[in-house]
Amino acid sequence: MKIGLFVPCYVDALYPEVGVAAYKLLCSLGLDVEYPEKQTCCGQPMGNAGFQNKAEKLVENYDELFRGYDYVVAPSASCAAYVRFFHDGIVGHECEAAKRTMDLVEFLHDVIKPTSLKAKFPHKVSLHNSCHGVRELGLSSPSERNVPRFNKIKDLLQLVEGITVMEPERPDECCGFGGMFSVEEPAVSTRMGKDKLRRHMATGAEYITGPDSSCLMHLQGIAKKNGEPIKFIHVAQILAAGL
Amino acid sequence: MSTKHSIAAEKFNQDSGRVTRHDQTFWSVRSKRDGLAYQLEEWEQLRESANLIKKHTITHLADYLEQFETNAKKNGVHVHWAKDADEYNDIVMEIMRQHNVKKVVKSKSMLTEECHLNDNLIKHGIDVVETDLGERILQLMEIPPSHIVMPAIHVTREEVAACFREKGIIEKHGAHAAEGLLKEGEDWRTSSDPTYLTRAARYHLRDNFMEADCGMTGGNFGIAETGDIVVCTNEGNADMSTSIPKLHIVSIGLEKIIPNYKAMGVFQRLLARHGTGQATTVYTSHFRKARPGAEMHIILVDNGRSSILGNIEHWQTLKCMRCGACMNTCPVYRRSGGYSYTYFIPGPIGINLGMLKDKEANYHNCSACSLCMSCDNVCPVKVDLSTQIYKWRQELDSMGHADPLKKMTSAGMQTLFEHPSLYTTALKFAPLANHVPAFMTNIKANTWCYGHTMPEFAKESFHTLWKKGKVK
Repeated sequence: MKIGLFVPCYVDALYPEVGVAAYKLLCSLGLDVEYPEKQTCCGQPMGNAGFQNKAEKLVENYDELFRGYDYVVAPSASCAAYVRFFHDGIVGHECEAAKRTMDLVEFLHDVIKPTSLKAKFPHKVSLHNSCHGVRELGLSSPSERNVPRFNKIKDLLQLVEGITVMEPERPDECCGFGGMFSVEEPAVSTRMGKDKLRRHMATGAEYITGPDSSCLMHLQGIAKKNGEPIKFIHVAQILAAGL
Repeated sequence: MSTKHSIAAEKFNQDSGRVTRHDQTFWSVRSKRDGLAYQLEEWEQLRESANLIKKHTITHLADYLEQFETNAKKNGVHVHWAKDADEYNDIVMEIMRQHNVKKVVKSKSMLTEECHLNDNLIKHGIDVVETDLGERILQLMEIPPSHIVMPAIHVTREEVAACFREKGIIEKHGAHAAEGLLKEGEDWRTSSDPTYLTRAARYHLRDNFMEADCGMTGGNFGIAETGDIVVCTNEGNADMSTSIPKLHIVSIGLEKIIPNYKAMGVFQRLLARHGTGQATTVYTSHFRKARPGAEMHIILVDNGRSSILGNIEHWQTLKCMRCGACMNTCPVYRRSGGYSYTYFIPGPIGINLGMLKDKEANYHNCSACSLCMSCDNVCPVKVDLSTQIYKWRQELDSMGHADPLKKMTSAGMQTLFEHPSLYTTALKFAPLANHVPAFMTNIKANTWCYGHTMPEFAKESFHTLWKKGKVK
């Protein structure tokens, strides 16, 4: 199975260790992973801000670059969701690569289905269920709906030795990042972030973890500004711990 | 450039305690709704049925409207059609003139709010009294609703007590209302006991019900098959408003028509569960015809609805039955309050309806969404609220209302992301930004620093690490 690794722009620049963990993890599961170097961004920052027309060319580039792979895997729920659900609409035709683009957690849980992992992580973590992971990709059951309860992220984390996984009160309320929402509505965005942070910290966890570094970046920025001691780690890094 | 919403929201957030109360109040309604949702095995089927019935009805609206009119007329009800707010107000005034109406009692109706009915009645010398307690409080305080279902929830009981004192309600009814209710030593002249205040309001409203010569209601549903109007209230004020006066005027938007009682059964199960977290409203009142010697009028109001129906991107907003659940779940609404929006309906549905009504006046609300999609998942009729907000944002630039900073950033990103070599170079130099001292980035123009520290660029990007063979 040939996998194209998509390391979205902000992960590339700010959290390369998340990309590295994803790569190691996929390789450790016996997959053939390639990283096409000409990749950049999924286009979401522009689209959510109201400029999806400025993303047309990069969507075509993305499709060109990744169409030859069995799956494209990205360690970022929101980016994977944007590719899968918005790319067709931006360019007005079906995109091959978009159809096969998955978030890392989703891909592992639904396609690879590992029953054990080598990872050890003897820590208490609070799980951040990010909106697009929950409500677009279905990584967990949305709290608004009366459907059987599940959480794919939690399922995978439970395979890690020594880990304790907690969830905050209001487990899938938005953290307030929302891309450029955070700079256009700073007061509400910050307040949402502070509320979310407080609920995560109330679990007594040492780390906040999630499948989306953008939410984590937002919460981390607020935690730092307020001198909160909690640490942040992407799910991929936990699943790849010790590799 | 900040939107009016973001400026008002920042002001609202200056009082942190108020934000906490507002958030918790509406989250508790959301939680009650969830509790009821989890109890019904058929919950998601109900939502899907409601969605399909609404879609069907709206796409066959002309037929159902005619059926409704025919059946209402058979019941002896007078049916009027208003194409816009002005025509609506003229029709109301004409009916009132014919009946020489001096005083109107009204049960809650967002449509009359939309058409500025009260101002118009007052202008023509007609005394109008809101009879929903929340609406009455707002009317006395001369402020607009901040939520469509719980319009005065942002007002404290102390403020209500002060208002009732100022308006003479306490002086007139306080002593009577306090009988056997207040604790010893508690002065009815200053008390803000909620039960006491409600009782005082009740006596005050009783007088008004007795004196009125016209009762006006909205309508949650119009049943095409029978010509009935169904009104859901918790206070019974729609019944009071229509039981004493001999004239009943119903104001209802075109989209409130549903085919029959079978459909009604689906919506009735969803409305209160979503809106207030109750299994049903206390009163579900059915109005079919006027009682002997009385008259009943129904005014069917378009006021932009048929143009929404013709809007290929946004017609599904017509499915909305105004339960308010999208506001209750919206994390932005809960933390910015109803008054931070420029349209009289706030929250996700208000952002969309405001844009459909008047883009120039209401584009300011498009920033009030983090695209979390919670509203899409609570909506009982499955309006794709967040997708629609996303679509409106795509239009802002051509309207000349794109945020210049966002536009510049998006254009910059376009250049960078379309040219991988440029992108790689930028990545190489990005870590230099880490050395920009905090006092230079922590400036007012950089709104990220309002609540955050700057994120740090990695010394070596994933790209660089890959190129150097360090990813193994």
